Amino acid sequence: MVYFLVGIAGALGAILRYWIGISLFKGASFPFSTLTINLIGSFLLAWFTTNLFKRVSLPPMITTAIGTGFVGSFTTFSTLSVETVQLFHDEKIVLAVLYVAISVIGGLIMSRLGFKCSEAVQKS
Amino acid sequence: MTIVHLIMVGLGGFFGAIARFLISKQLNAKAAIPLGTLTVNLAGAFLLGMISGAKADPTLALLFGTGFMGAFTTFSTLKLEMLEFLLKKQKWQFYLYTFLTYIIGIFLAYLGYLLGSQFQ
Repeated sequence: MVYFLVGIAGALGAILRYWIGISLFKGASFPFSTLTINLIGSFLLAWFTTNLFKRVSLPPMITTAIGTGFVGSFTTFSTLSVETVQLFHDEKIVLAVLYVAISVIGGLIMSRLGFKCSEAVQKS
Repeated sequence: MTIVHLIMVGLGGFFGAIARFLISKQLNAKAAIPLGTLTVNLAGAFLLGMISGAKADPTLALLFGTGFMGAFTTFSTLKLEMLEFLLKKQKWQFYLYTFLTYIIGIFLAYLGYLLGSQFQ
């Protein structure tokens, strides 16, 4: 059952990622949509796992479906890698390095913010 | 965007998420760094590189690329795991994990792209 729920949540995460990709930042020369999705997802997963799932008591099956299934599939590493290769291939070296740097550092900051946010909510 | 496109992405995402879940459960707790997440991300980067290099049929690319590989690999879990290393002051695990994921991942995506180009 948990596998099925992870799959359904994963399907929804993938569809939302696809929809954002074709709706926002269309035709941009920098992969803004993947970056935005990955940064938002990093914040959400940290926030969910450290706070939301502790305050709102949900069955573990549901939290796994949301965290691992939905947010895990919403964000992506393979697209990030291939987009970086394409930037290098198009000789946009600065953009490629910038993309990786923002992903590495920005993703960590967003995760940290997710943690911080949950601490702040717990205190109040 | 048609309903067929959405179904392709959703179907790929369904199986990609389950495959990642299975592999992570098997491998993540077994080493100093999360080997499960590392495995899916490296394998997915290589395979998406191949799909992209081969200029696959758009509908198949949505199913296997955007859907399956997109969901099979993950960024949010990677960041949470990296942050946990930092918060626990496990510096060398943090650097090793970051290096292996990004440097090897992008390199594998490039290899996959080159290999895929052969099948055009």
